[in-house]
Amino acid sequence: MKVRVKLFAVARQLAGRDELELSLPAGATIGELRHALGEQSPELASLAQHAMFAVGTEYADDRTTIPENADLACIPPVSGG
Amino acid sequence: MVELTQTTIDTAEVLRCVSSPAAGAVVLFLGTAREFTAGRRTASLDYECYPAMAEKKLAELEAEARRRWPIVACAIVHRVGHLDLGEASVAVAVSAPHRHTAFEAGRWLIDTLKEVVPIWKKENWADGASKWVHPGLTQPNDECANDE
Repeated sequence: MKVRVKLFAVARQLAGRDELELSLPAGATIGELRHALGEQSPELASLAQHAMFAVGTEYADDRTTIPENADLACIPPVSGG
Repeated sequence: MVELTQTTIDTAEVLRCVSSPAAGAVVLFLGTAREFTAGRRTASLDYECYPAMAEKKLAELEAEARRRWPIVACAIVHRVGHLDLGEASVAVAVSAPHRHTAFEAGRWLIDTLKEVVPIWKKENWADGASKWVHPGLTQPNDECANDE
C-alpha cells in the first residue's frame, strides 16, 4: 500500500519537502514505517529512530498497524511554548 | 478556548475569555521570545505546527485540566510564524475560584503543552545561522539560515 507521511521542522528541512510517499506491505506497523523511511530517505534515518509518529492526529506506538489510506505524520521532538 | 494564531497574541482578549464572576483568581502565563540562550544571541524565532493535531492536542489539554481541577475557564493561544524578540509565543490563562487551583492548572498546562503538542521552534541566531529546536535529538551542526 502507498502511504503519505507529513514532515515537519528538521524532518522537512532534511528531506527538502513537506511530505513523502512510501510503499509499505499491507498491514505494516509504525515500527516498519520507521525503518522504511530511513531506507528510502537516508537523510531521515537517524531522525526516524527518535521521532514520534501520528496516525491521523493521534500519536501511535511502533506496534500500531497502519490503516489503508492513513494520514501519517513524522513528529520530531516538539519545542512549542 | 484554544487557538493557533499567525498574529500578535491579544492578551487583553485572552484575559477577557477567562474572566468570570465565579472566579476569585486569574493566572496568565506568557512565553516570550528570549534574546540569549546559553550565552548565544537570538535575532528572531519561527514557529511551525501540525495544525489539525496541535489544535486537537490543545483541546485535550483544556479538557484534562478541567477534569483535574475545578477551574472556571481556560484559554490557550499559541502563535506560529515569525516572532521578534520580546513577543509572546504562547499565552495560557486560567480562572478558578481560588488562586492555588489557577496556578497549579496553569503550570500543568504550559508544562504539558511543551511535551506533547506538535509545535516546533526555530532559533534564528544573530550570527546568521538557524536551527530547529528538538529537545533530546542529536543534530548535525547548525544549518545555514538561507537553506530553506
